[in-house]
Amino acid sequence: MSERLVIRGGRVIDPARRLDEIADVLVEDGQIVEVARGVAGDGAREIDARGLVVAPGFVDVHTHLRDPGLEYKEDIASGTRAAARGGFTTVCAMPNTQPAMDNRATVEYVLRKAAGEAIVRVLPIGAVSKDRAGRALAELGDLAETGCIGFSDDGAPVGDATLMRRALEYASAFGLPVIDHCEEPSLSHDAVMHEGWVATRLGLRGAPAAAESSMVERDVALAAATGGHVHIAHVSTRAAVDAVRRAKARGVQVTAEVTPHHLTLTDETVAFGARGGDALLYDTDAKVNPPLRPQDDVDACIDGLADGTIDCVATDHAPHALIEKLCEFDEAAFGISGLETAFGLCMRLVHAGRLDLATLVERMTIGPVRALGLDRAVPGIGTLATGAPADVVLVDPDAQWLVEPERFASKGKNTPLAGVTLRGAVIATIAAGRLVFESEAELV
Amino acid sequence: MSPVIAMSRDDIRRAVTRIAHEIVEHNRGTQDLVFVGMRTRGVPLAQRIAMAIAGFEGEEVPVGSLDVGLYRDDLTERGPAVNIQPSDLPEIAGKRVVLVDDVLYTGRTVRAALDALIDYGRPRRIQLAVLIDRGHRELPIRADFVGKNIPTSPADDVRVRLYETDGDEYVHVAAAEGAEVAP
Amino acid sequence: MTTIRTPEPRPAEPAAPAIAPSPDETAWRRRHLLDLDDFGAEEIELLMTTTDAMKEVLAREVPRVPALRGSTIITLFYENSTRTRSSFELAGKVLGADVINVAASSSSVTKGESLVDTVKTLQAIGADVIIMRHGRSGAPYLAARHAVCSIVNAGDGLHAHPTQALLDLYTMRARLGDVRGRKVVIVGDVLHSRVARSDMWLLTSLGAEVVVCAPPTLIPQGLAGAGEGQLPPVRVETDLDVAVRDADVVMALRMQNERMTGGFVPGVREYSRLYQVNAGRLARAKPAAFVMHPGPMNEGIEISHEVAHGLQSQVEEQVANGVAVRMAVLWLITRVGGRSRT
Repeated sequence: MSERLVIRGGRVIDPARRLDEIADVLVEDGQIVEVARGVAGDGAREIDARGLVVAPGFVDVHTHLRDPGLEYKEDIASGTRAAARGGFTTVCAMPNTQPAMDNRATVEYVLRKAAGEAIVRVLPIGAVSKDRAGRALAELGDLAETGCIGFSDDGAPVGDATLMRRALEYASAFGLPVIDHCEEPSLSHDAVMHEGWVATRLGLRGAPAAAESSMVERDVALAAATGGHVHIAHVSTRAAVDAVRRAKARGVQVTAEVTPHHLTLTDETVAFGARGGDALLYDTDAKVNPPLRPQDDVDACIDGLADGTIDCVATDHAPHALIEKLCEFDEAAFGISGLETAFGLCMRLVHAGRLDLATLVERMTIGPVRALGLDRAVPGIGTLATGAPADVVLVDPDAQWLVEPERFASKGKNTPLAGVTLRGAVIATIAAGRLVFESEAELV
Repeated sequence: MSPVIAMSRDDIRRAVTRIAHEIVEHNRGTQDLVFVGMRTRGVPLAQRIAMAIAGFEGEEVPVGSLDVGLYRDDLTERGPAVNIQPSDLPEIAGKRVVLVDDVLYTGRTVRAALDALIDYGRPRRIQLAVLIDRGHRELPIRADFVGKNIPTSPADDVRVRLYETDGDEYVHVAAAEGAEVAP
Repeated sequence: MTTIRTPEPRPAEPAAPAIAPSPDETAWRRRHLLDLDDFGAEEIELLMTTTDAMKEVLAREVPRVPALRGSTIITLFYENSTRTRSSFELAGKVLGADVINVAASSSSVTKGESLVDTVKTLQAIGADVIIMRHGRSGAPYLAARHAVCSIVNAGDGLHAHPTQALLDLYTMRARLGDVRGRKVVIVGDVLHSRVARSDMWLLTSLGAEVVVCAPPTLIPQGLAGAGEGQLPPVRVETDLDVAVRDADVVMALRMQNERMTGGFVPGVREYSRLYQVNAGRLARAKPAAFVMHPGPMNEGIEISHEVAHGLQSQVEEQVANGVAVRMAVLWLITRVGGRSRT
């Protein structure tokens, strides 16, 4: 199945080994064999990467594959194809499926289906509570044995503080994190966007930033008290970034992720769209939870990502059917189809001088691996070390491309970026030694 | 093509005076007479006719103004010109109403005015006075009192300017490019 | 009885026109009326003068003109509102249109046809104008994006109620002339009021000084601190006794029962004690000040009975002006686009 490949002449960035130099990458039997200048090809297929950046395949710790049960939104085949187009070679599947991934059988179904249909690696995340109902713990031990790399009721918070405490305690027995969607429901109820002048302008109900940060503070306190590992999903506010920063300084076992959209888009996108303008759009494709925030929060997220307070970028890829977005704003589903635009969107930070390219690559490769300890499940993942899985991405940091959702591999065309030009493109993706995506742009 | 002056301000003054005399003569005085000027330029014309009559008859004829915007049947051809204003009519039931307008062309505006008038009451008689009749009627309507008949091509631009509405006073006819002015 | 005046000799040279040149060229380019946040002074003026003409029609013995004869207007109300719906219905009928009322229960939003499909269906059966009341903010914007016919927002969620604001303005101008520099106090549940939002945009765009007054729990977030152009530039005052000082207009908003139980205020008693527009408070306003209310009124809660029906109340005028304003809106938007019927 796997080829012998030489990726020649690219700028190789492998943050795990602090490598940033022009080199060739030799791949064989699904593994990295050598990263060096002038490696011998010996009849291997050659890929010309001159002018491109060669990095470990991106790792997304927050992907909604919707399979089983919601295949009309996405399935494992389409979702992993979208991942490949976005440069991701590993996706961590969130358990808010139907039925939820709260038991061994459902997780096994996902793994079995992934073995047959996925074109990139799928690592399952198990539910924290039975039916994600927030009342009783799911069989976390079973889920850990089946291959889950963490636990989350994402889509909803673990609202009950005692349940969260027990989950942190119990999961620590398996060395796995609890990934929490932090949102205090009694503060955010009925909200469809961020609370602020934009919500006032639109007459939409907003959730205050404190709805997120108050639960981050709670989770940090519980992690400190239990010694468990809490991973804060999709951080979106300055107060939450500050809470994580303070907790890390105290030595609390807390990690955090941020989405490309919370790093680049503000709540004004809901009103005026990603391309700006004066006309009110009520853009349902910009309806996401946590909501897009004002620039000050965006700035805090960028700074947090740059200084390492936030460990990684995660897409929170949330595909939906057209009809779930083509409706009144209040009725629309939350979520952005994010896998295929993640790199190009994050490159805005690099082009704006807010983040250097090597740091961005770190936050999309070894960063998420270390945050959730994924290398225990897949040794070498997120690096180009000899013997590591041959997960490689080739990107052109300067290539411009137009976001055309109808060309997405994902079934979810729901992105506020339709018609936006992004600078920074994925040129090719190699997963386990196989070329799984090649940009239409000429390669060789 | 450069416009031709069809009526000077003196021509307009003489025409108004003549129409005033004809109206009085035709109606054997001013008894029950009401003038209704059609917006915009029919209104000052109606006022001038009334003033002229006051001058030589010593009788004041009530003058009203009528906006036919809500009665037109050619709106879709008019584009975004949408201004309408309140009409202000004296009692017209049982009266001899003289409708006054600047230009009589297709007759559609007069048709609209007739519909509008009837909504306000049932006049005994309705007559029509216009400063210009440029021909090309599309409806069986004719004027009772005409200041001047000006033969035109449908593509020509007939431009009436009055002091009260425009700050200047003349009637221009600008022939459309390549169009012939009918003899 | 005869005052004899000879025809005035006209000056030899043209003088400045006594009347401004007729504004035949005033452009109206809106096919939809969704909100007033982007209206210019010229458009508002056109709406006001058109409303004057409609008032004249309504004053006739037989108030009916054929302006929209052959047009079909559909009122699509997802929320009950007898007042607004009848006002629009009458406006359409006076202009000679066929008016069809469609009552859409709000539950059909979730279990039935989508809004976009409903709009397309109504359009297919011949609607030229759809007048829409919807509980969800922004719903008319969605409809307008998918409609060939005109969409008129008759109130959407917490967002906007443009025809109510226009009739409020018309009513104020009838008393005040110009609203520029006039102090208008809007008191009550601003947070949940689409009327207040549209009023704020319209009045501030014409230079009125708008003060909103409510307990802090009922003031929308960001209202006071928003940047230029983001929200209407209003002043926020939580003490009604201070707010009404020297006001020209005091507008009370309806205080809905569910807000009382929803924890926004402690209860009716305290709310009416602190925020009721009553004679004592009105005495602090200018002597000629008057009171408005978008209705329906909770007398004894946000407004006292004596003020609601007193000499300073303009509430009935508001209702009467509503039909004329809506006629003006229907007339203007149907001048643009839509089905051609030449």
